[in-house]
Amino acid sequence: MATETLEQPVVKKERSEGLLSKRRRKFITDPLNDDNPITIQVLGICSALAITLKMEPTLVMSIAVLFVIVFSNLIISLFRNLIPNRVRIIVQLAVIASLVTLVNEVLKAYYYDMYKVLSVYVGLIITNCIIMGRLEAFAMGNKAWDSILDGFGSGFGYAWIILAVAFFRELFGFGSLFGFEVFKAIGIENFPNNGLMVTPIGAFMIIGIIIWIQRTKSGYVEH
Amino acid sequence: MELISLGVRSIFIDNMVFAYFLGMCSYLAVSKKVSTAVGLGLAVIFVLTITVPANWLIKEFILKEGALSWMGSGFASVDLSFLQFIMFIAIIAAMVQLVEMVIEKVSPALYGSLGIFLPLIAVNCAILGSSLFMVQKDLNLVESTVYGFSSGIGWFLAIIALAAIRERLKYSNVPDGLKGLGITFIITGLMGLAFMSFIGISI
Repeated sequence: MATETLEQPVVKKERSEGLLSKRRRKFITDPLNDDNPITIQVLGICSALAITLKMEPTLVMSIAVLFVIVFSNLIISLFRNLIPNRVRIIVQLAVIASLVTLVNEVLKAYYYDMYKVLSVYVGLIITNCIIMGRLEAFAMGNKAWDSILDGFGSGFGYAWIILAVAFFRELFGFGSLFGFEVFKAIGIENFPNNGLMVTPIGAFMIIGIIIWIQRTKSGYVEH
Repeated sequence: MELISLGVRSIFIDNMVFAYFLGMCSYLAVSKKVSTAVGLGLAVIFVLTITVPANWLIKEFILKEGALSWMGSGFASVDLSFLQFIMFIAIIAAMVQLVEMVIEKVSPALYGSLGIFLPLIAVNCAILGSSLFMVQKDLNLVESTVYGFSSGIGWFLAIIALAAIRERLKYSNVPDGLKGLGITFIITGLMGLAFMSFIGISI
């Protein structure tokens, strides 16, 4: 999927390629829809669904994942020629785990309530397959700036899906968004909250439906 | 009795897949056939039963605040718990490697059926997740062994059930856009609904 776009001949002079040339913009736009890490590549679902109960923790989680993916991509791509092939998985895990530890300590220090809400799922960013997948597939073979852009692309692709899931779960499960009671504000006093949305089942259903809509639009069929 | 209760809880009520969404990647990717699902499920049970107590030992004797006091009174105030993630993932990766080598030596037949799945397990979030939950629930050594084993059983049941349904699904007419991943999510949701009926059971 992604390889086709990478191998396009670059006609322009190599040296003067802009920081956001057309080829590089594709790194960001592709994962948003056509090559989305969650709905097309089926990666990173593990830690994504559990924290999508409300918008706020979901936003924090997206930022944490974005931070980890961009910086681990950068670090691995800077060291790509120094890492022996046989131990690369361990090196990648060590880099990711250090970054996740950093995120965890920052959350614990400055944002303790959110740290309690996210609990073990911050740690589980380590085993988020999107990050390992991007390091393995992209950062090990590309230059630093390209890898940063690729990290942003995948991070945003992940973020918008989980934010969409959280939007529906919080709206229908609690009748609110970011804690703001939407239905009360527009005059509907006793909006019946959907208990199913609060349970894990709501998340599975919503992501199934998002995948359905997205694939019907793009015409992608899995066999 | 409490151990049985803990076991039943973590198999059915706090099921790794349906309640905590853990191990979803391999759960979705390796559930196309029952036979492969059984192989991966067994490997997960095996690794969980070993890594959760192993990580408990690491936590208790190295990472916890004051845990290093066995090295001398000078270490009594050392708190290494911020190293938890790195230590746990390293232990898991090392254990998986070790288990793979032991099985290869001891039982080539079992290695043949589990072999390809073992490396996959190092990045299965159910494994790291169980260790992190073990810390959060503050279990002791025996409890964490039971917890690891029964979480593995829960995951095993979930993946086999899904694989069996997906084998049957091949013969049904699913809308194009839902084929594959979409319908699998919805089935998982429905299965979770069934597992929810276990809530409230206490032994």
